[in-house]
Amino acid sequence: MEQTFDIPAQKPWSGIVKKGQTIRIEDTFGQQAIDTIFYCADDYTERYSSQDTLRAQGSAYITTGSNIMSCEGRVMLSVLADTSGRHDTSAGCCSCESNTVRFGHDTLYQHACRENFILELGRYGMTKRDIVANINFFMNVPISANGAMTVDDGISAPGDHVEMLAHMDVLCVISNCPQINNPCNGFDPTPIRVVIKG
Amino acid sequence: MHIHRTPEQIAADRQRYEEHQRIGLEFSPKTPPTPSPRPAPMPNAESVAMTRSVPGGWYTTQHLAKGEVLRLLPQGPVSAVALAAWSATDTTERMNLPDTVKLQWTTDLKKGRVIFSDMGRVMLSIVEDSCGAHDALTGGSTPATVAQYGDPTLRNTRDNMVLAAAKLGLDRRDLMPVLNVFAPVRVDGEGKFEWRDGMISDGDWVELRAEMDLVIALSNCPHPMDPRAGEVPAPLEVTKIKAGPVPPDDLCRTATPEAQRGFENNAKAEG
Repeated sequence: MEQTFDIPAQKPWSGIVKKGQTIRIEDTFGQQAIDTIFYCADDYTERYSSQDTLRAQGSAYITTGSNIMSCEGRVMLSVLADTSGRHDTSAGCCSCESNTVRFGHDTLYQHACRENFILELGRYGMTKRDIVANINFFMNVPISANGAMTVDDGISAPGDHVEMLAHMDVLCVISNCPQINNPCNGFDPTPIRVVIKG
Repeated sequence: MHIHRTPEQIAADRQRYEEHQRIGLEFSPKTPPTPSPRPAPMPNAESVAMTRSVPGGWYTTQHLAKGEVLRLLPQGPVSAVALAAWSATDTTERMNLPDTVKLQWTTDLKKGRVIFSDMGRVMLSIVEDSCGAHDALTGGSTPATVAQYGDPTLRNTRDNMVLAAAKLGLDRRDLMPVLNVFAPVRVDGEGKFEWRDGMISDGDWVELRAEMDLVIALSNCPHPMDPRAGEVPAPLEVTKIKAGPVPPDDLCRTATPEAQRGFENNAKAEG
């Protein structure tokens, strides 16, 4: 069975990926950050942990071979394929409030990923409390040896994708990033596609 | 639906971003704050509101009013301390390390830097820091990381944080990525994490100033990448210092445009 979901620019999405199924997240037009959080479908208090994921793999970016870890130290998904190269999980999602700090107070009333997450999580009885440090698929955030960190131009081409195998039933929650103040979306947010197979 | 933006809009936004980026990345070479001296000077006895010792492997919680300063000083060989922080008035507002490193254009948190909440406000300022070697990316120890040492009595930061949260009326949903103070984790040229032992020394200490009313949790467990991660660390001395005057040219409040805007958000929230 194959389910395809086309997600408009700037919009949220969520869906269940059953154990043994794969989820493909496709950057259809290229250079589009896709903010993603996973929750254990049976117990939403078990959720993605960026720190456990990075420590367990000993490196700073997510790519083929990465295990997506939960806060309880379990493997939620494993990355089977990645045509882009590397993905951030240290820089979090954008919010109206952080935008004011980063880009100026005049950006307060711009749509942001955290708005998407709050609205989508509300469908499952979750709130702002449940937003954890997320994965930013297709967001290019190099971290230098001296600690310097910046959001650079995306390295993903149209059609690039990441494919993951679910090791437990997971709820996948996505914000198709609406940010226009940094290059994570090429300053021009675009639609994306999610395909669940198996 | 593809929301097409014009080339002019894109060019204007790019130019604006690159200007923010240029200023943000210039901070370190431009304003190198001097590390705080070792050993830590004794705080004035009249200014000490509270002091306690947290045994190796254990945790504590602490309320901090705006302006109060928290001093952390390991009592023996230096070892990591994991920190979590919530707003005392609304615990859904909490420390947000991804925002903290993104907003300041660096993972190198040290004296002069601040720690942001998820609401774009400053929770803590790093006002004293003898080492500048802290880790925002790789988290504390967990049941899995200590299991390899075969000692069932070894405690870990994950469980400590669950326990500390419970004693503040919070639960697992309220936990966040933790800041490891005294943890010299850096990223090498290939993107691998490395532990740089030489960046920390016995006697290292930090002082964090609360910039809003806070509740915090501390876990005195070694960082999982520490070569001594299988050992029980020395006790941690935790001192709360009474609020003092903050000069207008305070380093943390003025060092970067981002910190200034964060403090402007604090002021707005205070009404």
